[in-house]
Amino acid sequence: MGFFQRLKSGLAKTRQAFTDRIRDVLGRRKIDDEVYEDLEDILLGADLGVSTTEALLSALMKEAKRKKLETADQLIPVLRDLILETFAGNEPVESNVGKGMTVILVVGVNGVGKTTTIGKLAHHYLASGKKVLMAAGDTFRAAAIEQLVVWGERAGVDVIKQNQGADAAAVIFDGIQAAKARSADILICDTAGRLQNKAHLMEELQKIHRIIKREVPDGIHEVLLVLDATTGQNAIVQAKMFNEVAELTGIILTKLDGTAKGGVVIAIKQELNIPIKWVGVGEGMDDLQPFSEQEFVEALFEQV
Amino acid sequence: MFDTLTNRLQGAFQRLRGKGRLTEEDVKEAMREVRRALLEADVNHVVAKEFTDRIREKAVGQEVLQSLTAAQQVVKIVHDELIELMGGTQEKIARASKPPTVVMMVGLQGAGKTTAAAKLARYLLTQEHRRPLLVAADIYRPAAIDQLKVLGEQVNVPVFSLESGAKPQEIVQSALAEARRGGYDYVLVDTAGRLHIDDELMHELDDLVTIASPEEILLVIDAMTGQDAIHVAQSFHERLHLTGLVLTKLDGDTRGGAALTVRHVTGCPVKFVGTGEKTDALEPFYPDRLASRILGMGDVLTLIEKAQATFDEKEAKDLEAKIRRNEFTLEDFLNQLRQMRNMGPLDQLLGMIPGMNKLKQQLEGKSIDESQIGKVEAIILSMTKEERQKPELVMKSSSRRVRVAKGSGTQVKDVNQLLQRFEEMRKMMKMFSGPGGKRKMRGIGDLTSAMQGGSNATQTRTHRHKKKR
Repeated sequence: MGFFQRLKSGLAKTRQAFTDRIRDVLGRRKIDDEVYEDLEDILLGADLGVSTTEALLSALMKEAKRKKLETADQLIPVLRDLILETFAGNEPVESNVGKGMTVILVVGVNGVGKTTTIGKLAHHYLASGKKVLMAAGDTFRAAAIEQLVVWGERAGVDVIKQNQGADAAAVIFDGIQAAKARSADILICDTAGRLQNKAHLMEELQKIHRIIKREVPDGIHEVLLVLDATTGQNAIVQAKMFNEVAELTGIILTKLDGTAKGGVVIAIKQELNIPIKWVGVGEGMDDLQPFSEQEFVEALFEQV
Repeated sequence: MFDTLTNRLQGAFQRLRGKGRLTEEDVKEAMREVRRALLEADVNHVVAKEFTDRIREKAVGQEVLQSLTAAQQVVKIVHDELIELMGGTQEKIARASKPPTVVMMVGLQGAGKTTAAAKLARYLLTQEHRRPLLVAADIYRPAAIDQLKVLGEQVNVPVFSLESGAKPQEIVQSALAEARRGGYDYVLVDTAGRLHIDDELMHELDDLVTIASPEEILLVIDAMTGQDAIHVAQSFHERLHLTGLVLTKLDGDTRGGAALTVRHVTGCPVKFVGTGEKTDALEPFYPDRLASRILGMGDVLTLIEKAQATFDEKEAKDLEAKIRRNEFTLEDFLNQLRQMRNMGPLDQLLGMIPGMNKLKQQLEGKSIDESQIGKVEAIILSMTKEERQKPELVMKSSSRRVRVAKGSGTQVKDVNQLLQRFEEMRKMMKMFSGPGGKRKMRGIGDLTSAMQGGSNATQTRTHRHKKKR
């Protein structure tokens, strides 16, 4: 399966839930308040959030008036374009990789799938001919280091590590030195999950970020926030807070293979303009795919 | 955690409060605001709509609107409905008539099952004085079994596992035999995270249920979950007949609407909530208290319970006597600080005190830095015993102040500030212990402003003595 199909199959449930309901709702009904209310339910149910939903619907109403649309099914292409607009300027995935040593710092709250995603990322870059190293910066959660080591074995990538309870910044520092010594192309750094309202943990992250910038001044710094697609509106706060301490360069949306729709990334893109770079669509090594806004939005509206 | 929802609701009712008698239109307007607030808190949109419709009906249908205290009455209706929505009373964990009681933890990947299982084991061991056995049945996620073993060691509960290659069915079967042999009265099964639409893995859970016939099947669900919570909860419930829910990561700043949703759609009670990364951060869930908290009425009961669990009663009496005699010393102050820290993060505690929500927000931007306490601790510990008893000694001597500052890695300014605040506090406490309710209230205001001043002034400097997690 090529990545295109995989992304599609990952998004299939998103698409299906979304489009099934849209079809139920719309059809050739005459456009009235009820149609907009039903559309509102669909967008809210996909985790787009109140503000984004309201903004999209009011834009949609304006367009419908301007274009003198009459039936509900005519609204879909317009709504699709409106959503697509919010992804304008979404950078392609590899933009920051390939010019000298790249350090990828992977951050996020607890349980979003950081370690799993890092395993997949390592596999991806290894497969594209890069020399990859990983640093086990989650020194807090029990057995997080072991988990990364298993992924390292699967992908065939070395893991720089210390013991549980060690200073995370020191592990990352070691990782950087090792990456320099072995002239690795890419160093991927795991970090402990942290809730964004824990000041001391966010400070720790800031410190790690500072060390990377200091130790690899000429390199490329990627800071990727891993977001769980099942997360609701709190994802916006997560993106804001992590961006404040570590200058995010992108978002990885995981667990899109469930029934969650991940619609909150639309609000994040709109509010913070952080590009969505990857989507996680399963537990296999290959189940990490570049995010394509075209695909994402097309998939939402297919078959309508 | 529910702060923003609280604020929204309060905002909506502020307008009603100013009014006296209400019209139907007033209530409608307020309910629109409530619905918005619920949606932003990730309450499912269908649930939110039903909820507000029901309140509107009740409010409009009764003599409420004619009453002079209409706004308060509407708030009461919302409060009652919130409790209702979250399931009325607190529900305890089941206990089988013939041990062992089997508890299965199920849920999506990353919800926090393994951590919750270990916390529950600790809770059963320390609070209920049971003998639990943890069972590692997550054979899929790399190092999941190791994780449970490490956690088991931390909480002093044995962990049952089999060599790699064993199926979850075999693991559970053998664990049950082991539990009977070892005389364990609880068996806590940590299952692998799985998608509710993954038929193969859901089938595995069916098997485990058949083998173990658990008294409790607890769905562990992340409090940050969005609209999808409804699908997850429904699917797991239809398939397995859940008996309860564990809501995790409530120590974040999520508004936690998932709590309202899952309870409502499954009819299963939320039995526990996870409120931190440490293994003791698991609390029984009290819907009435949480409803009060959402409405900004504070959660005094939890606070009192926490205080009771932490403070020694005799010590408290001694302290009271000391305060009366104005003998409160820096040493006592330090003890107080330490005990307070044992009760949990400061900002969490503040949220439980009625009326303190506003203060909490003011502090939030500046963040109540726990390291502040560490700093105060360092300063006090750098004083001699005598100085701690008689702070005036330090106050009067600049060489002593310089020495203390050096010893604690702070600046003289910090030492001065601490001494000043301590003096103010001592005066206030004297007042506190005297008769008269109003004066006491004023005391609380002073105390909090003193705290705030402190965290402002010292914020920009780097701290030593960081609090380790």
